[in-house]
Amino acid sequence: MIGIIDYGAGNTTSVKNALSELGVKFSLTSDSEELDKCDKIIFPGVGEASSAMKRLKINSLDDYLGKSDKPVLGICLGMQLLFDRSEENNTQCLGVIAGKVTRFNSENMKVPHMGWSKVKFEKETSLFDGIKTGEYFYFANSYYAPVNDFSIAATNYNGLFSSAVNKGNFWGVQFHPEKSGKAGLKLLENFIKLC
Amino acid sequence: MPAKRIIPCLDVKNGDVVKGTNFVNLKYAGNAIELARKYSEVGADELIFLDITATLEKRKTLLELVNEVSKVIRIPFTVGGGISEIQDIDLLLKAGADKISLNSAIVRNPQLITDAASIAGSQAVVAAIDVKKVGKKYKVFINAGKTETEREAIEWCKEVEELGAGEILLTSMDKDGTRSGFDIELLLIIQDVISIPLIASGGAGNTKHFVDLFAETDVDAALAAGIFHYGDVEITLLKNELAKNNIEIRT
Repeated sequence: MIGIIDYGAGNTTSVKNALSELGVKFSLTSDSEELDKCDKIIFPGVGEASSAMKRLKINSLDDYLGKSDKPVLGICLGMQLLFDRSEENNTQCLGVIAGKVTRFNSENMKVPHMGWSKVKFEKETSLFDGIKTGEYFYFANSYYAPVNDFSIAATNYNGLFSSAVNKGNFWGVQFHPEKSGKAGLKLLENFIKLC
Repeated sequence: MPAKRIIPCLDVKNGDVVKGTNFVNLKYAGNAIELARKYSEVGADELIFLDITATLEKRKTLLELVNEVSKVIRIPFTVGGGISEIQDIDLLLKAGADKISLNSAIVRNPQLITDAASIAGSQAVVAAIDVKKVGKKYKVFINAGKTETEREAIEWCKEVEELGAGEILLTSMDKDGTRSGFDIELLLIIQDVISIPLIASGGAGNTKHFVDLFAETDVDAALAAGIFHYGDVEITLLKNELAKNNIEIRT
């Protein structure tokens, strides 16, 4: 059973539909007891960082996630919230990975970064099993995590940023695997079966 | 940089896809779900559904459609057409839409852009702007192109960005349905005044029009409808041709 964190931060329908297509059982929940029964956790998120953190705190999901020893996959904002801080409304995040999420500079590039960009693998991991480096994935982000010790993939948008991270049982992808065609489905399947 | 996006637009009426010329003379072009599935399979980068149903049942029908579409495709899609309430935006996003396209409603109530962006993020808010040259000015039209407004396109594009829109879908009414090429002149003007992604719409007639668009402008995406629905331009072949012309494309 895969737990999908339900905290009102954005659209979980696509994640649910992708898991259904993979034939995977899931539970959409904000209840930590329910999450305890799950093998793995998907932490989705779109929208704004500070309100997302506030909503996580309502059910103490911030503590639960930060301390979890289950495999956790943060998607988009879900990945950004794994870091210490986000520049978006100067938000304190979960602190699983050291570093600060920052805004793209709209003076020399279009913000949001929107569309299909290449994801270049920097480390070999089971998350990318059967996917070729340089594959296109769908992004929609105005903020990014700089390349750091835990980056496992990078994407170029007027400079490289972290498009995937891994630290222990925590995984994060800046793109939307649930919206990235076959490669995205494969990545979700890898997380469920291999990570 | 992201690949240039090819976006089929599906004008939906009661679950069917229709297409007209200059916003009138609607013809049947296929079932919405079947077309969505087909486009997703042949490599469309994104889809846009514009609902043009004008009935009381509209909201329910549209929600059902969005729900079905999100089950069958794994690429992003935008929904628009007569949306004016924040509650409807919320419901459509929860039903599985990735972005909401707002047109007439934001001209009447610009605050709606900010409200929508605050609940869903700017990346989910597309400002759709229908533009026609009147004299020497590019004017903004609403109500499916029937009503001229006081607004000028250049100012309105800047304003929607400031209000929080994440993307602009710019339709040239002078070019729409003519199959004579995109409105390069208009797009060059608009791309210089905004720093959010720009989708070009109106005028696509053949593969060369797309090549010219991406070679001559900095737009992020090209939208077309009829030429895809009737098979005049095949998306797979179009993308191969764009790649041959050194345009970054997802093949």
